[in-house]
Amino acid sequence: MITKRIIPCLDVRDGTVVKGVNFDKLKKVASPVELAKFYSENGADELVFYDITASSEGRNLFTEILKETAKNVFIPLTVGGGIREVSDFERVLSCGADKVSVNSGAISNPCLIKDAAKKYGNQCVVISADVKRVNHEFHVFAKGGREDTGMLAVPWITRCVNEGAGEVVVNSMDTDGVKQGFDLELLQAVCEAVDVPVIASGGAGSVQDFIRLFKEVPVIDAGLAASVFHFGEIAIPDLKKKLQENGITVRI
Amino acid sequence: MIAIVDYGVGNLFSLRSSFEKIGADVIVTSDEKTIKNADKILLPGVGAFADASKKLVDTGMGELVKEQARKGKYVMGICLGMQLLFEKSYEYGVYEGLGLLKGEVVPLKGDIDPKLKVPHIGWNALQFTRPHFLFTHIKEGDCAYFVHSYHAVRCLDSLIATTEYDKQITATVAKDNVLGCQFHPEKSGDVGLNILRAFVERKG
Repeated sequence: MITKRIIPCLDVRDGTVVKGVNFDKLKKVASPVELAKFYSENGADELVFYDITASSEGRNLFTEILKETAKNVFIPLTVGGGIREVSDFERVLSCGADKVSVNSGAISNPCLIKDAAKKYGNQCVVISADVKRVNHEFHVFAKGGREDTGMLAVPWITRCVNEGAGEVVVNSMDTDGVKQGFDLELLQAVCEAVDVPVIASGGAGSVQDFIRLFKEVPVIDAGLAASVFHFGEIAIPDLKKKLQENGITVRI
Repeated sequence: MIAIVDYGVGNLFSLRSSFEKIGADVIVTSDEKTIKNADKILLPGVGAFADASKKLVDTGMGELVKEQARKGKYVMGICLGMQLLFEKSYEYGVYEGLGLLKGEVVPLKGDIDPKLKVPHIGWNALQFTRPHFLFTHIKEGDCAYFVHSYHAVRCLDSLIATTEYDKQITATVAKDNVLGCQFHPEKSGDVGLNILRAFVERKG
């Protein structure tokens, strides 16, 4: 039976790992290479690197770090941030990434998912959506959560999957950074609409939040978090042990 | 030396790094002489069967791998590289594989419970159907990382490990000197590295 995945996310800017609390007040954590190695040796099932660099020097620094990480880490590595063209896929895949996650790029470039899936396969293309409630509807936000696109989340994600995205990351902006649990309502709605793996993001504050996620949305494939792992509030081996005790299949 | 055959599909960075990690002498190459001189051959592959199979023909790498395998050299296919070792595939049509192993490759969709997601992505436990030297450093129930939408069937004579996804599906195959993993050992943490280590250590 396939196991539920636990995925730490590393936001990287100018070579260091940062974590946004509600997308601002960035804090410095550690070297991405060291952190990635630590996680891969301590139960992480996959890693997400999110490049939040704006400058081209920062971008080069990021690809160097990616290469260095991929040389030392032998679990799946997903890379996101600044992916706008098919050539951006090439740039990170050649540095050792396994999957590429697109967010705003899929909104501004409507052919991106289709073209990338055709070239690299569906398994390589991840659609990541930042979602927030606006007047009781789930809206997709662009540009790192700064811009309401007005698009409804579930139809948007469904369309991306139909165009070739092989996996979905749903990041709830309403629960992100609040540490009061994942957005189960939103996740349930997405899981009902698509038949590819769905990764929950935003809101993890305790072990109990992960147990609730996998118990209440049993079709969800993975839980992603950043700060609770980076600051040692949750150790992944402990988390997995607790999940197992609660009847959830994990890789120990 | 291990030769990772470069025939223009996918990125071989992680595969090469994983062999380097376990201290193996490894080269990514499409040079005929290098491949002929290698101790063992690794056939990678991602993407679609038809594309990869065409590239194997166009580059001449397919014939070369076949010839080396028939001479008794160890050849291991990874993911699509494993699928290419079989006789044929039904991925978007019917395409011929290298025919080094008996069996064929069919879509997971339609063959497993429709409620299960395809591609089969994630970590899943290995169940051994036969003892094999590839399993020297791992144990039954260890998890490996899978990413695939097609699977090998009618391959009982080479099947050595399965994984459960609704039913038992092909995870690892071996027939004499021809081996294959459906999962990605280079992405399966220590379990994967230990499988590659067993491959490297094998005399032959």
